[in-house]
Amino acid sequence: MKTPCARDAAPAEILSLRAILAGADHRSGAMLSAPCGEIAFADLARRGPLGDRQTRLAGRSVILKASSQFAAALALIDLDGVAESLVLWPPDLGLEHLPAIALAAGATAIVFDGEPPANAPAGVELIAFDPRRLAPRAAAAVGRRTRWAMFTSGTSGVPKMVAHTLQSLTGAIGDNRPGEGDVVWATFYDIRRYGGLQILLRAILGGASMVLSDEGEAVGAFLERLGRHRASHISGTPSHWRRALMSGHIGRISPRVVRLSGEIADQAVLAALRDAFPGASIGHAYASTEVGVAFEVADGLEGFPAALVEHGAGAVELAVVDDTLRVRSRRIAAGYVGSGGATLAGEDGFVDTGDLLERRGERYHFLGRRGGVINVGGLKVSPEEVEAVINRHPGVAMSRVSGRRSPITGAIVVAEVVPADASSPGADQAGLRASILDACRHCLPAFKTPAAIRIVPALELGANGKVARLHA
Amino acid sequence: MSLRTTIRDEFAKTAEEQQKPIRAPLEDHTVLLESGLDSLCFAIIVSRLEDELGVDPFTTAEDVYFPVTFGDFVSFYENALR
Repeated sequence: MKTPCARDAAPAEILSLRAILAGADHRSGAMLSAPCGEIAFADLARRGPLGDRQTRLAGRSVILKASSQFAAALALIDLDGVAESLVLWPPDLGLEHLPAIALAAGATAIVFDGEPPANAPAGVELIAFDPRRLAPRAAAAVGRRTRWAMFTSGTSGVPKMVAHTLQSLTGAIGDNRPGEGDVVWATFYDIRRYGGLQILLRAILGGASMVLSDEGEAVGAFLERLGRHRASHISGTPSHWRRALMSGHIGRISPRVVRLSGEIADQAVLAALRDAFPGASIGHAYASTEVGVAFEVADGLEGFPAALVEHGAGAVELAVVDDTLRVRSRRIAAGYVGSGGATLAGEDGFVDTGDLLERRGERYHFLGRRGGVINVGGLKVSPEEVEAVINRHPGVAMSRVSGRRSPITGAIVVAEVVPADASSPGADQAGLRASILDACRHCLPAFKTPAAIRIVPALELGANGKVARLHA
Repeated sequence: MSLRTTIRDEFAKTAEEQQKPIRAPLEDHTVLLESGLDSLCFAIIVSRLEDELGVDPFTTAEDVYFPVTFGDFVSFYENALR
């Protein structure tokens, strides 16, 4: 974390998580902590919640559906290097997607704790585990290069998965640097998503401890727990950090390294963190499930130096084409899962991230997403999905949904609506707004529901005949 | 209407719309994130207050900080409008 972008680790070094944990270098005192329990990482080299059932899972395509991050961490260490492929089920993904996901991933087993999924497709074996009961592992054939299927922070429809390997997932993680003192990782992210998994992998590869967050836990309680465990390296989205700054409990933590990613880090949040942690290294990273970690910026300023595009960022090459960021590296996902092997990269090996940039002097600044995708606190919203709901309302002729910048969540969703009856008097406009909002609340989660609706007489169309998109 | 009342009204309106009942009475010492409202509610409140008052102190303030209590929040706007 000292250099903006660590060199990619040599491929031969990383075979499986279990092999790393069993390695002599792994510090014996490193702990994995959660509200529900605590365990030494070294212990997980020998024992796991699947015990000898690992043998049954060798070489298979497995969905891991864990009820907590702690359970997920224990089971994924069991499965890495054993399963042919591993789908990490994220906490916020509806079970209605299970049959389609199982089909796309070619899954033959679902490993779960807690409630068994009722809609598992026929022929897919259900294997229950209990994270509180660990058993010695069988001498299963560890040594496969398990393919990791990670869900992208997609916008609508059946969520997309991209295929990673332990190699691509850990490409940005440098060697454990002696002399840094005890490192305790923590993240506001969930480890069942790319951002959180990165931190778990950093802890495992670096022989460090990690403190897991918990879905139902208030931010103050989490910060108090981080303080108790002396968390030294903490990551989250700018929105996570703003919430922490507003909690009244920010003084409970004293990290040496503060890292932001997943959203545009603006100067306000960087300055507020600098003020809160004067001695800490505060950096923001550009990373996504699709392209992996591309670069980190540690100079305390928003945006990133244009030199990164001109001279590359360590093992990662950047390009700006049509004002969007393109990334080429060994850390990008191999392709989409279950879509006929569609790749992410173009012929030149670069992935178009869709993130719009503007050059101001010697620095590039992020403007938002091409196509108007709105990032509300790290959750992506497709304007078309919201417009579709609004346009179904009988009182609506057309609509345009866009993002409005927010100092709290990065952006919020707002809508402009052209009424079907343009001659509506003002009183009816209020009624129309309320009725559209009702419809949105019924069909959409809160972060996708417009925070404001403006009634407008007309909307501008682009040359392609579509509603002209605005950038958040 | 006083600034405090305008802000209080906006809290109440957003809480009702977002179905996040305000748990604690909004006193100066009430911690915002313990009031029952979440980050999305505050984002909405800040954007509406910007429309109503013509100021977004989060973006314009020279000393950047994030308000913790309801009292902080109100004085944040008072200072910006001074």
